[in-house]
Amino acid sequence: MTDWVEKQRNILDFTLSSLRRRKGRHLGMLAVYAAIVFLLASVMLFSHAIKREAAIVLADAPEIVVQRMVAGRHDLIPGAYADRLTGIRGVAAVTPRLWGYYYDAALAANYTILVPTDQAVPAGSVVIGGGVARARGAGVGDTLSFRGYGGEQFFFTVAEVLPHASELVAADLFLIAETEYRAMLGIDDGAYTDIAVSVRNPREVVTVANKIIAALPDTRVILREEILRTYDALFDWREGLMLVLLTGAVLAFAIFAGDKASGLSAEERREIGLLKAVGWETTDVIAMKVWEGAAVSLAAFLAGYLLAYLHVFHFSGALFEPVLKGWAVLYPEFRPAAFVDVFQVLTLFFFTVFPYTVATIVPIWRAAIIDPDAIMRS
Amino acid sequence: MIVLDGVRKAFNQGKPNEFWAIRGIDLEIELGRVTVLQGPSGSGKTTLLTLIGCLARPTAGRVRLGGRDISGLPERFLTEIRRNSFGFVFQQFHLIKGVSVLDNVVLPGLPTGRRRRELTDRAHALLSRLTLADKAASNAEWLSGGEAQRVAIARALINEPEVVIADEPTANLDSSLTEAFLAIVAALKAEGRTVLMTSHDPLIYRAEMVDRVLSMRDGRLVSQAP
Amino acid sequence: MRNSTIALALATLGLTAVAATLLDATLRRHAEASDLRDRADLVRRYGLTDLCLFTEARYTRHLSQTDLHAPFQDHPVSLDHFPSGSLVGPPPGWRDHD
Repeated sequence: MTDWVEKQRNILDFTLSSLRRRKGRHLGMLAVYAAIVFLLASVMLFSHAIKREAAIVLADAPEIVVQRMVAGRHDLIPGAYADRLTGIRGVAAVTPRLWGYYYDAALAANYTILVPTDQAVPAGSVVIGGGVARARGAGVGDTLSFRGYGGEQFFFTVAEVLPHASELVAADLFLIAETEYRAMLGIDDGAYTDIAVSVRNPREVVTVANKIIAALPDTRVILREEILRTYDALFDWREGLMLVLLTGAVLAFAIFAGDKASGLSAEERREIGLLKAVGWETTDVIAMKVWEGAAVSLAAFLAGYLLAYLHVFHFSGALFEPVLKGWAVLYPEFRPAAFVDVFQVLTLFFFTVFPYTVATIVPIWRAAIIDPDAIMRS
Repeated sequence: MIVLDGVRKAFNQGKPNEFWAIRGIDLEIELGRVTVLQGPSGSGKTTLLTLIGCLARPTAGRVRLGGRDISGLPERFLTEIRRNSFGFVFQQFHLIKGVSVLDNVVLPGLPTGRRRRELTDRAHALLSRLTLADKAASNAEWLSGGEAQRVAIARALINEPEVVIADEPTANLDSSLTEAFLAIVAALKAEGRTVLMTSHDPLIYRAEMVDRVLSMRDGRLVSQAP
Repeated sequence: MRNSTIALALATLGLTAVAATLLDATLRRHAEASDLRDRADLVRRYGLTDLCLFTEARYTRHLSQTDLHAPFQDHPVSLDHFPSGSLVGPPPGWRDHD
């Protein structure tokens, strides 16, 4: 056993000396490989962290949201619907909600304007999310002015800025009193954006939802389960695009690696012939190539994954920001919560190290069956 | 004692370009002696060396080393015998370029599983014996012909083989380097090693320490000088 | 020093660093657990339904709340011209309808 270990170490020694010969080439290839792993790992770590975060944070979202649809579009819902919902068996609480979007022309930004249902914001005051505060340069005590639907000015004094750590869910929030909401956006008394419904027995959510649809045929029902599913599928839809792009990179690399590996030069063939002539077995020659492949791919995995971890969790996925931000003016400042899936990391490890190592050995197999006397005949 | 018994070797057997390089050789080579195979190119000298050195198997006949029939052994055992019993000095030396002299010398020792320390100690000892002590760390690519040959000899000796096989060792050397080579061969002989060479250089086959010269032609032995 | 010693040391170091990222992640999750709780509290208090990732359009701000045709306002098969449209699509529940 110790002999075997010592032998493998000897072979590894030689492999590394031999790799060092074309240092620039090998380092260049390592850099390309590590960059691909870095991108893959960054996407994986980032999406996984966001999905987990959404699953935990949105677990407390409303169980059922009832929207009214008019001609296929979301429309205001009459308060009277709330009374009819209360009458449905299994419904625990019904909360008509007022929320919507406010386009701030000065910044070309969209706020989510919302009337809190648990405690009223005093008239003339506003509670704003971190993104709004940053975009408007506003702090507690500052007064902000907005134009209402009829052109008149509304003034709000900032009563509170929501904590920085909450930006992932609340960066664009703009919380005001109900009277001002209605006055500013021109929404009649008795009309609401939608209605949140909570259910007595969580297992009856679907039954209750069906009863709601039966009772109020012009409504659409959104279950919390669907919300969570939305975020579970987040990035899944056109994540394909991202992966297709990366697949291109992976394939390009595969061709590059395959070409490098299969195109054994006359020089390499001669060296293998020599190794065999001086007493290396075919398995020793293959072991040498395994070590070569493993050394390169392990280095690429380690460098790529470690950089990706730093990128996503310590630098807030800075490289993704332009993509995620898109045209948005308000962008939440957040560091993804550090959810790392060990299984995912292992998968990445397997898929970076294993195929590359195999790709290095396959062509060598042909070369390793070179007759040892070939060297004498050349 | 190395014994060859009715040895024949064909290349491309069964194909239109079939060629018999060795056409029946019976031979006994005593250990501890210096034997030279001499003859024109294409006479089968090198092929005979590959059969004796376990680099290839004869098509027919037997090769025995120390009483053991090695001609029918599977590849793995053949490799092991080759590694432990034979040291090779190739005509073109075949050093690995871009790698240090030391790494070249220890090469045959690596798959034996001997400790690195042990191998490098032995390599350094061999290199200083061959007056190459200061070249250990140099790149093998930048050696002169004589130096390259001595590195190749050091490499052949790293596993302490009984038999040293050299194919046209002086083909690329001038007379003074050939003399130096012969001095090394004499030293190997004095250590009790068997040396087996091919050469058509008179400086070699007429040298004093050569015990036996075998002439070959068309895959057969022609005459056996004493 | 032997090549293989250096290589094995580097590999060990690298794998230790990978293990360290897992440890780092766990520690950070514990350290930031209260932030996560605060976010969940905020979601409960205000009845929020979505992450504030993309604020450029209502159907990207509230992915789960938009009506069926919002992302295709001009034409049912028009390609979305917002960059985030290349990252997220309509919620899966909706695709069940077609």
